[in-house]
Amino acid sequence: MPDQPPPAPAAPAESPVPVAPAGPVGSRVLRGIGVSPGTAAGPLLRVAGVPTLPDPAPVADPGAEGERAVAALATVVAELGRRADRAADATVAEVLRAQAMMADDPVLADAVRDAVGAGRDGPHAIDAAFATYREAFSAAGGYLAERVADLDDLRDRAVAVCLGRPMPGVPSPGHPYVLAARDLAPADTAELDPGQVVALVTEAGGPTSHTAILARALGLPAVVACAGLAELTEGTTVLVDGGTGTIEAGADEARLAEAAAAAGRDHAAGPGGAAAGTRAGADAPAGAGPGRTADGHAVALLANIGSVRDVSAAEEAEGVGLFRTELLFLGRTREPGLEEQVEAYRDVFAAMCGRRVVIRTLDAGADKPLPFLGQAEEPNPALGVRGLRIARRRPELLRTQLTAIARAAEATAADVWVMAPMVATPAEAAAFAEAVRAAGLPRAGVMVEVPAAALHARRLLREVDFLSIGTNDLSQYVFAADRQCGELAELLDPWQPALLQLVAGVAEAGRAAGKPVGVCGEAAADPLLAPILAGLGVTSLSMSARALPAVRAALAARPLAECERLAALALDADDAGHARRLALDADADPDPGTDAGPARSLAA
Amino acid sequence: MPTRTVTVGSASGLHARPAALFVAAAAAQPVPVTIRTADRRPVPAGSILSVLALGAKQGTEVTIEAEGEGAEAALEALAELLARDLDAEEPADA
Repeated sequence: MPDQPPPAPAAPAESPVPVAPAGPVGSRVLRGIGVSPGTAAGPLLRVAGVPTLPDPAPVADPGAEGERAVAALATVVAELGRRADRAADATVAEVLRAQAMMADDPVLADAVRDAVGAGRDGPHAIDAAFATYREAFSAAGGYLAERVADLDDLRDRAVAVCLGRPMPGVPSPGHPYVLAARDLAPADTAELDPGQVVALVTEAGGPTSHTAILARALGLPAVVACAGLAELTEGTTVLVDGGTGTIEAGADEARLAEAAAAAGRDHAAGPGGAAAGTRAGADAPAGAGPGRTADGHAVALLANIGSVRDVSAAEEAEGVGLFRTELLFLGRTREPGLEEQVEAYRDVFAAMCGRRVVIRTLDAGADKPLPFLGQAEEPNPALGVRGLRIARRRPELLRTQLTAIARAAEATAADVWVMAPMVATPAEAAAFAEAVRAAGLPRAGVMVEVPAAALHARRLLREVDFLSIGTNDLSQYVFAADRQCGELAELLDPWQPALLQLVAGVAEAGRAAGKPVGVCGEAAADPLLAPILAGLGVTSLSMSARALPAVRAALAARPLAECERLAALALDADDAGHARRLALDADADPDPGTDAGPARSLAA
Repeated sequence: MPTRTVTVGSASGLHARPAALFVAAAAAQPVPVTIRTADRRPVPAGSILSVLALGAKQGTEVTIEAEGEGAEAALEALAELLARDLDAEEPADA
């Protein structure tokens, strides 16, 4: 559901206050947290809010009013149909078509006409028609109660059309723009057209929020936790710098051209050569090959993927460091069968032809609900039955998945490693490793996301062959800070020395055991942090494929001893900001990661 | 009036994809078809909202009725669809 920005939130004093103007008079600069580098400019458009019903209006011509309201429903049906046609994902398309079918229901149109006949205006008639089914659905509970949100979404869309307003959700104006929202929900991302959106800016969110991860995956500059955003007028031209975390509002042509030129200059310095306006993100010299420090110390550079569709982008990677299997399970009323799973995994293994693929078993929970698990709501979903803990209740789900992975692996030459999410104890690791080996798979590992697992890394490594640190969740649990909570973003910064200390301990345990320890959180995609992780002893870094060139270049620029020196500085820092500053100051070489990427400017 | 009583065969009940398939098939029949559970009033089988609101699960008995030319054949086809486990027939790429 789209978020409506609340009216002028009481924000922390430091963030929304305009700072020293970087541009000419008339422009103002807002500060947030830059979470995906690059610069872009365009008019600011918000995720449209849910319309509120105006006061009831008298209806002069009930016949015409009824048809107007029914036409609004038809507009919604047509729009959902268009979105279903455009959707790249079959599951998303199916969900959209199911919604269109509801809006297209003839009984709904009849109910709208009846309500108009009884004296209501169009918007109120639509509201009343949906209300009947809303009540029935919510009274029924279970699956139907979950569909109430769908009904509300359809009603809001139809009411908006009837009021002559944009449908709630992500705008699609047909030209490039900067998308603004309070925060982006996973549902919004299905609607987001990367051909139109040039940058993302949000009031809430943090470095590991959905917005940040999405922006990096799409290579869009992004600034989150920018509280002052609510004050900007819709349509204002803004210049977004996802590296420095600034949003410049009201910049004039000269300033936009200057920013575009600066970005172009940086861009021209690298031998990359992708056209400006089509590519953003960390700008770095192109080049493939395995990850190496300047003196040849190997750090495997791997890609995070969700399905075989991501494999082509991961071509430059040495393998896959995180194959999330949730996609296959999302939006399903029952679990995918063995054969379907075998096929999906085999596609990925075959495409990676002989390289390493680290596949993660199902990572679901009340925060990422799957209908067929029938999980009750939990007061604290992040601390509930999620990840490997699901196997306590449904051991057959894990067995089937491991069997499917083993069968898929047999059929291909990929080097398949299997790991479990949300492991807390050596006993859980041992049970998982046993299940993996029983399925005939040679390499079992676990993710380190729970602080207890980080503290007992040595003991975990007696049971498993490798560890993979998920820094996003590890931050959340170490700092007791919800990943969705923008106000706490600075606690979730992967530069926090306490987080780095845990990473150091896990890497040390790996060195002692002679077993690999990787990082697959967003921390691995930060080109300035990558050398530090290598210096701490991490043996592989897995990230969205777009981040690979910048991280590869950052490693190649420094010998291992330099990485270790930077790591020691970061560990000793007082806080995340201090750690970053120390690393930047100590870094004699020009840093390839924090420079602005090529401009995605309308002025360019 | 021609009538059939069938036990819902789909694992997820008359919800989601099975409901959508049934409603689409019902709407395509030459005659209006109604559907009801035990003691409730019949609702149009071509209405997804009404069919969902029945809340029929796997094993629930539902009664479909139709009148007019082609009613028997329509009920035959729809009864067969209701009895099948449509969830088990999901396309592999869904």
